[in-house]
Amino acid sequence: MRNPQLNADGALTHLLTLEGLPPDIIRHILDTATPFVSIGEREVKKVPLLRGKAVFNLFFENSTRTRTTFEIAAKRLSADVINLNIGASSTSKGETLLDTVDNLVAMDADLFVVRHAQSGAPHLIAAHLNATGKRHVHVVNAGDGRHAHPTQGLLDLYTIRHYKGDFSNLTVAIVGDLLHSRVARSLIHGLTTLGTPEVRAIGPRTLLPARIEAMGVQVYEDMRMGLRDADVVVMLRLQNERMRGTLLPSAGEYFKHYGLTLEKLAVAKEDVIVMHPGPMNRGVEIDSAVADGARSVILPQVTFGIAVRMAVMSILAAA
Amino acid sequence: MTRHQLPDAEDALAELAARMRPAVDHDAAFVGIYSGGAWLAERLARDIPGQHPLGFIDVSFYRDDYATTGLKGGTKRSEIPFDVNGATIVLIDDVLYTGRSTRAAINELFDFGRPARIELAVLIDRGGRELPIEATYVGARLAVARDQNIVLSKSAAGALALSVEPFRSA
Repeated sequence: MRNPQLNADGALTHLLTLEGLPPDIIRHILDTATPFVSIGEREVKKVPLLRGKAVFNLFFENSTRTRTTFEIAAKRLSADVINLNIGASSTSKGETLLDTVDNLVAMDADLFVVRHAQSGAPHLIAAHLNATGKRHVHVVNAGDGRHAHPTQGLLDLYTIRHYKGDFSNLTVAIVGDLLHSRVARSLIHGLTTLGTPEVRAIGPRTLLPARIEAMGVQVYEDMRMGLRDADVVVMLRLQNERMRGTLLPSAGEYFKHYGLTLEKLAVAKEDVIVMHPGPMNRGVEIDSAVADGARSVILPQVTFGIAVRMAVMSILAAA
Repeated sequence: MTRHQLPDAEDALAELAARMRPAVDHDAAFVGIYSGGAWLAERLARDIPGQHPLGFIDVSFYRDDYATTGLKGGTKRSEIPFDVNGATIVLIDDVLYTGRSTRAAINELFDFGRPARIELAVLIDRGGRELPIEATYVGARLAVARDQNIVLSKSAAGALALSVEPFRSA
């Protein structure tokens, strides 16, 4: 079966996952994002690329930051943005996901930004649009279950490339709850596709997926070992709901072993950058001295995220 | 005078500079349209007396054929490092044809501010306008068949050259 993200010409028409995406397409998105960064510095923060297009934000799961950055990105491209509060509308009356989509297509939607708690929901919508001849309508996955969060992965790649130039000599350490993290999964696929020689997963075994080594990463349960000589450290949010189960003893215990402090960071390279997809839990996975410190690029990540999402939407809309 | 033979790029540039020298404001900003216009802007800023702030513009995000051709690779960041408000700006491009790139560049400039005046300098005017746009300064006029593209290139040593290539449709 053809990659459902690509059209018959091999151009990107939906962005569902970074897994299996050709490196040229990933590089093209990152290259396209660069000039979009400067749009945010202008007096008029808008370009007319998506003028007259309707972008629907379909967030079946809560998110403020991701939804907002998609909305800003679409508006900077001059698209009309419609935010649907799905939880409070049709689905609660029993409408199926694909019926909701068909109705919005009948309202002349051009692009759907989809977040869903179920892995595979954006894929289902994209496959439905392809199968029903609505190939001019595009889907961007804004996070589905534990599966993928490709625009977050791309903005992480963009940030790393911005500070480090390229991937060919890098050691990247990803720390924390990789088991539940679609952010980590997307980043790992992107890093390996672009030829990063060393990707490390650091965390307690209870928070690492089984057979994660098959994704091409090295596992470290000892954080100090895993951070040694790292160029990039990506901290993952420890979701509070994980504490209630049996995965972890306590937040304090977790911070002691896997919280990023300046002292632990000292074994990484001197010019290491520290990233976090947000929202941060200060004192749980990251110490404020690191989060607000000189090595932190957490806020530039947010700014780059807008440019990356502008690049993705403008590439899809022309496919 | 309209020629039918491709002029030498350096000769056309000398002619363009000669036309601009007596007429251009001494503090007019030069904004080159990537990529050929950017090379020309750098040369003209050096060759024409006065204080000419330099800027560069990539019109990819403002083109009217985006819906059919999409974004090409290699879009560059527009750099306008001076205040556009109240400025006199000479837009510089290598080839003036349909006028659509010029229209896009003017639109983009207005997103940086409100210039006092915009002029247009082109190395080659090949006719074939589809919009009511004319150049203020022209290096050479040239008649070329519709299916031909005029391409400006720059050697490693910085010398400019013109060539004619079959038009690559999108």
